[in-house]
Amino acid sequence: MMEFFHNAAEYLPILLQGVKLTIVVALGSLAFSTVLGLVWALMRVSNWPWLAKISAGIINLLRGIPIIVLLFYIYFVMPDIGIELSALQAAIIGLGIAYSAYQAENFRSAIQAIDHGQIEAAMSMGMGWWLTMRRVILPQAFKIVLPPYGNIMIMMLKDSSQASTITVAELALQGKLIAVSTFNNATVFNLVAMLYLIMCIPLILIVRHFEKQGARR
Amino acid sequence: MSVAMIQLQGVHKSFGKLEVLKGIDAKVERGEVVCVIGPSGSGKSTLLRCVNGLERYNQGEIFIDGTKVDCDAPSIVSIRTQVAMVFQRFNLFPHRTALENVIEAPIYVKKEPRAQVVERGRDLLAKVGLADKIDVHPAQLSGGQQQRVAIARALAMQPKAILFDEPTSALDPELVGDVLGVMRQLADAGMTMMVVTHEIGFAREVADRVLFCDGGVVVEQGPAREVLNHPQHARTQDFLRRVLHPM
Repeated sequence: MMEFFHNAAEYLPILLQGVKLTIVVALGSLAFSTVLGLVWALMRVSNWPWLAKISAGIINLLRGIPIIVLLFYIYFVMPDIGIELSALQAAIIGLGIAYSAYQAENFRSAIQAIDHGQIEAAMSMGMGWWLTMRRVILPQAFKIVLPPYGNIMIMMLKDSSQASTITVAELALQGKLIAVSTFNNATVFNLVAMLYLIMCIPLILIVRHFEKQGARR
Repeated sequence: MSVAMIQLQGVHKSFGKLEVLKGIDAKVERGEVVCVIGPSGSGKSTLLRCVNGLERYNQGEIFIDGTKVDCDAPSIVSIRTQVAMVFQRFNLFPHRTALENVIEAPIYVKKEPRAQVVERGRDLLAKVGLADKIDVHPAQLSGGQQQRVAIARALAMQPKAILFDEPTSALDPELVGDVLGVMRQLADAGMTMMVVTHEIGFAREVADRVLFCDGGVVVEQGPAREVLNHPQHARTQDFLRRVLHPM
């Protein structure tokens, strides 16, 4: 046990550097996927069928491609067409794009959960599509979407580890590097797992809070 | 000759192969209250929704104060601000208080100054008997109270006419009177109203004219008491008999 604490004290500063990058990747891709997911969702529920079809196509495409392949495309293939991104940028964009499909489906289901009568009432008062969205639908959809959004935050935090495959030195990669050089696999990966768990606990509590709020409504 | 407030000429509407309106001709003059009655599925609500542009009609023409109702024309926004609608299921915005429901469209659609609209909203809620419910959300109101908020919301637009789509059908019987009372006040104040309703008593007492629709056509129309007390057409007679004497 003493040996574990001794090793932990030695490895933790390096792992915490990885934690910083994990948080940057998770927050960056969360923000990007939220914006992009909202765009897909609004296209999907728009009055223009061709926009809805394009959005549905993109969502299905993104859901069908593994995140790791998407990251490889952005980091390794994009430079072939002149778009060079740093590993961190590629990770944020890749995870953001991949998760935008799931965000979009969450947003869409929340938007469609709003009673159609309210849309008709808004229209009957002369409100246009965007004003109806902004003033009537989205404020209500926001509350519905919070619990699944919280779950996506947790999944995204854990999936940020996939950024290690394109050399982002986040927590998982830092752990792997230490393990490879020390052969102290158990200690290192116990620490890595604990750090992920510590980061996830506040998010789990947030989701529980959202769910309780939802149940009260 | 003055232009009718609402005029329908040969209006047809189909949902797929089902033709719901088969050439409706009707007119609502300024300050007139016209009740549209008829059996379920006769196209009454569709007719009303076409007037407000919530449904596209396939053929014919609808005019509001001389302006054609065309869902694709920019004028549809202006038409909708002039012809308000009250729905069967109230369709209030549940995330907003009674007052916020009332002031929403004047502020965000008509771009009126907030302070002025808030004052008008308070007055209107007082007028429909809900002065003490201004800051309450719809979920905390009874059906009748919600419908009165919806009427105040319609009035807040300062419309030229109001369309009522079975405004009392979703209410418990003891709450119907309050809503009809507010509608009667509006009629007395000279508001132009087109009311789809099953409340024959209301139609008889308040309406100037009654349209009886069945099978997508206007079967009979005329002064309310005349149509309701002495219907000429067999289908009108049969309908009224069923409604007034269901047993």
